[in-house]
Amino acid sequence: MVTKKKRIDQTGIEERCARFRTRSIKSLAKREGLNLILSMIDLTTLEGKDTPAKIRQLCYKAQHLHDAQPDLPTVAAVCVYPTFVPLAKDLLKNTEIKVASVATAFPSGQSSLAVKKLECQEVIGAGADEVDMVISRGKFLSGDYNYVYDEIAEIKNICGKARLKVILETGELGDLEAVALASRIAIEAGADFIKTSTGKIKPAATMEVTLVMLEVIKDWYLETGKMVGMKPAGGISNSKLALHYLIMLKETLGDSWLTNEWFRFGASSLANDVLKQILKQETGSYQSGNYFSID
Amino acid sequence: MNIEVSKTYKLYINGSFQRTESGRYYERHSTNEKFLANMPKASRKDFRNAVQFARAAQSGWQGRSAYNKSQIVYRIAEMLQQEKGRFLNLLEHEGFSKKGAQANFEEALTSIIHLAGWCDKYVQVAGTVNPVASSHFNFSIPEPMGVICTNISAEEGLAGVINALIPGICGGNTVICLAENCDYLALDFSEVLANSDVPAGTINILTGTTEELGEHMARHMDVNALAFCGLSHDQVLNLEKFASENMKRVYFDSSDSMDGFYSIMRFQEIKTTWHPIDRIEGSASGY
Amino acid sequence: MAKKDKLWTLSPAPESQDHIQIRDAYGVFISGNFTKPGKDRFYSINPATEKKLSSITQASQKQIDSAVKAARKAYNSTWSKMAATERAKYLFRIARMIQERAREFAVIESLDGGKPIRESRDIDVPLAAAHFFYHAGWADKLKYAFPTKDPKPIGVVGQIIPWNFPLLMAAWKLAPALACGNTVVLKPAETTSLTALKLAELLQDAELPEGVVNIVTGDGQVGEAIVSHPDIDKIAFTGSTEVGKLIRKSTAGTGKRLTLELGGKAANIIFDDASIDQAVEGIVNGIYFNQGHVCCAGSRLFVQENVAKEVIKKLEQRIETLIVGDPLDKNTDVGAINSKSQLGTIREYVDGAKKEGLEFFESSSKLPSKGYWCKPTLFKDVAQSSRISREEIFGPVLAVQTFRTINEVIDKANNTPYGLSAGVWTDKGSKIFNLTSQMKAGVVWANTFNKFDPTSPFGGYKESGFGREGGLHGLSAYIKF
Repeated sequence: MVTKKKRIDQTGIEERCARFRTRSIKSLAKREGLNLILSMIDLTTLEGKDTPAKIRQLCYKAQHLHDAQPDLPTVAAVCVYPTFVPLAKDLLKNTEIKVASVATAFPSGQSSLAVKKLECQEVIGAGADEVDMVISRGKFLSGDYNYVYDEIAEIKNICGKARLKVILETGELGDLEAVALASRIAIEAGADFIKTSTGKIKPAATMEVTLVMLEVIKDWYLETGKMVGMKPAGGISNSKLALHYLIMLKETLGDSWLTNEWFRFGASSLANDVLKQILKQETGSYQSGNYFSID
Repeated sequence: MNIEVSKTYKLYINGSFQRTESGRYYERHSTNEKFLANMPKASRKDFRNAVQFARAAQSGWQGRSAYNKSQIVYRIAEMLQQEKGRFLNLLEHEGFSKKGAQANFEEALTSIIHLAGWCDKYVQVAGTVNPVASSHFNFSIPEPMGVICTNISAEEGLAGVINALIPGICGGNTVICLAENCDYLALDFSEVLANSDVPAGTINILTGTTEELGEHMARHMDVNALAFCGLSHDQVLNLEKFASENMKRVYFDSSDSMDGFYSIMRFQEIKTTWHPIDRIEGSASGY
Repeated sequence: MAKKDKLWTLSPAPESQDHIQIRDAYGVFISGNFTKPGKDRFYSINPATEKKLSSITQASQKQIDSAVKAARKAYNSTWSKMAATERAKYLFRIARMIQERAREFAVIESLDGGKPIRESRDIDVPLAAAHFFYHAGWADKLKYAFPTKDPKPIGVVGQIIPWNFPLLMAAWKLAPALACGNTVVLKPAETTSLTALKLAELLQDAELPEGVVNIVTGDGQVGEAIVSHPDIDKIAFTGSTEVGKLIRKSTAGTGKRLTLELGGKAANIIFDDASIDQAVEGIVNGIYFNQGHVCCAGSRLFVQENVAKEVIKKLEQRIETLIVGDPLDKNTDVGAINSKSQLGTIREYVDGAKKEGLEFFESSSKLPSKGYWCKPTLFKDVAQSSRISREEIFGPVLAVQTFRTINEVIDKANNTPYGLSAGVWTDKGSKIFNLTSQMKAGVVWANTFNKFDPTSPFGGYKESGFGREGGLHGLSAYIKF
C-alpha cells in the first residue's frame, strides 16, 4: 500500500478550480449538462427524524422529478439509512434507480469493526445495490493507515456485487495532501467510488477537494487501467456549480467518466435547482420555487 | 412652513447605527450656544461590545489584499467628496471659519487619498530581506497589531477624525474610536463610512468621555494598542499603568496626519522569518 | 445504468459586442484632442477573422514633433508644477474609469489582438486598472522610495509598446511615468492600436490636462522618430531584443535615459519532488496562454528524468483539453496568433524542428479556416543547441529537455543570452531558495508561473533588457535626482 504522500500545491489547485468556474455553459451544452446532472444525483435523506412516509415521498420524487416536463431522466439512486433499505427496494423495484445505504456507523465511524461488518451484512442482506461507508478518520489522522486499509477491504468483501462508495469526510482530514492519501488508500483497498463527505459537517464537498480526488483516480487509471468512480456530497445546491463540476470531471478524467456509473452528486436540493434551470431554458422565464415539489 | 426632520445620533458599531445600551445622552451645542443634538453617551458595555465586533472583524480585514484595502479606503474619499457642503457646515459649528473649514475639508480628503495609496506600499518601505551570515532566506515584514483604540484631537477638525480612524485600518487593524472631541463630526463621518464598503466592525465610533471610558479602554485585555492625544500628565500616567497589564502598545501624542507611513507603522509589529537555502556546491551565506 | 452515446461538448458562448464603440477611422491624440484621420493610414484587422476593424493614422514627422512639443509644454506649464497629491488624484480617476469601462476594453482588446476574451476580461484589463491605482499612490510618496534624495521627474518620455498585452503595456508605461511627474508620447504597436486610442478617449473624459499624454500611432518608422527625437529625455521600450539593440545604438551618446524590456527564453524546471499535477498546469500557463506571446514565457521545459514520462503524459492530456478558437468565445483558452507575419515566424520554427526529425505532440483541435492560428505544440528530447531551445519563437511551442541533477539544470537554464524569467517546481523550500538564488533571471517563479502584480518589479538580466517595471524598484526609471 502506498503511504508515500502525493504532493499537492493548494494554490495551484485553487487556481485550476477558478479556471473551471470561468467556463461558460450555454444553450445545448447547458441543457444536456442539466439532464446529465439529474441522472447523476443520489437523492438523499439521512435524518434522525426519517420515517417510512419520508422514504415513500423520496422514492416517488426520485421517479417523478417534475412530471409537467416530459423526457426528464430519473435520478441515479436514493441514499437512505439501513433501516429503510427493504422499503426503498420495494418501492423502486420496477425502476433502474439504485438503492444505496450508508453503513459502518455513519456518520462518525467510531464503532468496532465487528459492529460495522454486521451493519453492512444486514444492508446487503436487505438487497442494497450500493453501500456508502465511512473511513475511520481518527485512525487515519493518528497514522494507522493499515487499519484504514484493512477496514475498507473487509467491508468490500462483504459487499460482494454491491458497489462500495468510501466516504473520506474530507472536511475532517485537514489538508489536500491528506485527502490525496486517504483517496489512494481507499482505492487500493477496493473502493468502487470515493466520496467526499457525509454531509453532516462543514465543509462538505468543494471543487478543490474533488479535483484532488479526481487526480488520484487518474493516477490509478494511468498505472492500472482501472476506473474508479467519484461522488462529491453536500454543498452543491445550485446548477451552475454542478455544471462546473462536470467540466472539471471532463477535463480531468475525460468523457468515459461522464455517466452515473462513474460519477454521482450527493445532494438533496440540487435537483430542484436543476429543474428550475431546465424550465428557464424551455420557457425563457426565471422560475419560482413554488412550482416544484419540495419532496 | 415645513419643520425639519432632525436626526437622532447613534453610535457606529459593527457597521450599523446603535443606541447606547445605557440610554444616556448629553447635549451638544454649537460654538454660539445653539442646541444641535442629543448625543448618545457611550457606556463601558457599548465599548465591550465594540471590542468583540472589532476582534471578530480583524482577521478578515487583515486577510484582504492590500489592493482591496486601498480601494476601500479610496472609496471613503469618493463618498466624502460628495458630502462637502454638509461637512463645511459641521466644521463651522465646530468653530472653524469659512476659509478654515474649506482648508480643513480639503486636508481631510487629501489625507484619505494619501493613506489609501499607502495600503499597498508601506510593506515595501518597511519590510526588508536581511543578509544573515548563515545560509538562510530571512525576511522581515510588518503585521497589524490587531484591535486598537484611538481618540480624536480637539483642534484638527475633520482631518483629526481621519487621522484617528484611517491609518490603523490601512495597516490591517480594526479600530474603536472614542469621539469625545469632534463627536458631531465623527458620527456624521460614520455615515460616509457606512457607504464605503468598509466591512462591519472595522471601524467603530463611540461618543463618550475619557473620564468614564479611558480606563476601560486602557485595561481591556483584548485590545492590542491605544493611541490617545490631548491628555493631561496624570491621565497618561494612570492609563499607562493599566495598559501594562496586557503589554498594550501605547502612544500619547498625535502623529502628523500627513505623514501616512509613520502613522500606519505605529500600529504594526515586525515579524521575521527564516528558511534554509540549500547549497549543493557548498557556499555558505544567505541571500 | 445510463450509457453515454454522445459526447458532452461545450456550446458556443460568445461575448456580446453590441455595447462597444469603435470609430471607422482614428487620427492621433495630441494635446488632449484627436486630429482628423490622416491621409496615410493602415487597417487594424481582427486576426481571428481577417476582417477590418478600423483604420489608423500613420503619424507624420510633423505630428510627432507636435506631440513632443505638447508634452514639453504640458510638462513645463502644468504637470511639473502640480502638487503631487493632485497628480495622484488624476491617476486614481483613470484607474477607476478603466474599471468602469472594463468590458468594452476587454472586448476590443480581444478583437484587435486575438487574445481570448476570458484573458482580457480577467487578467489584462483588471491588471491595467490596478497598475494605475498602485502608481497613483506613489506620486506624493517618492521620497520614501529614495531616502535622502529629492526625486524629480525626468521630463518628456517616449514610450513604445508591443502587441502582446496592448492595454496592459500602456498601463505599465504610463502609470509610473505620470506618477513621477513626467509627460509622455506613447506609440502603441501597429497591429494593436485600438485600446490605446480608447484609453485616450478615457483620458479626455478624466480631464487629464492637455499634452500630459499624447498617443501617436504607426509602425516602426514612427518608433524610430520618437527614439531619435532631440527633445525627448527618456525612452522606454518593450519589444524584441533585436530592435532593443538598435534603439540602444541609436540613443548612444545622446544623454537620453533608456529602459528596455526585451525577449526571453525562460527555463521552467520540474523536479521529481514537485506537485506534479500543479506543475503541469504551470507549464501550460507558462507557454500556451496568450498563445505564447509572452516575453517571459516558460518556453524551455526542463523535467527531471525520473518523472519525465508522467509529466509529459499529463501535459499531453492537458493540451488536449485546451480550446483553440474564436477569441470572443468565453471558453476559448488559446486565441489567434496576432498577425500573419508572426504566424509565419512561428511556422518557420515549427516546420524546421519537424524537419529535423524531433519527436513532437500537437493539440488535435480543429483550427478555423480564416484567421491566423497555431496549435499548442511540444517538441521532446530537444538538444540544448537546437534552434528551438535557443531562439525566442513567441508562439505556443514548447521545447522539452530532461535533466538529472540540480547543478546540471542550473547550468543549462542559465546557458542563454536571455535572462528574463525562470520557473522552478519543487515542494522543498530549501531547494527553491537554492534555485532562485542561482537563476540568472530578473523574475523567478517558484511553484507558479506568469504571475504579475503592480507591486512586483519586472524586468530582465542580460539580453532580456535592463530596468524594472512595477513596484518600488520600477520608479527609478522615471526619476532624476
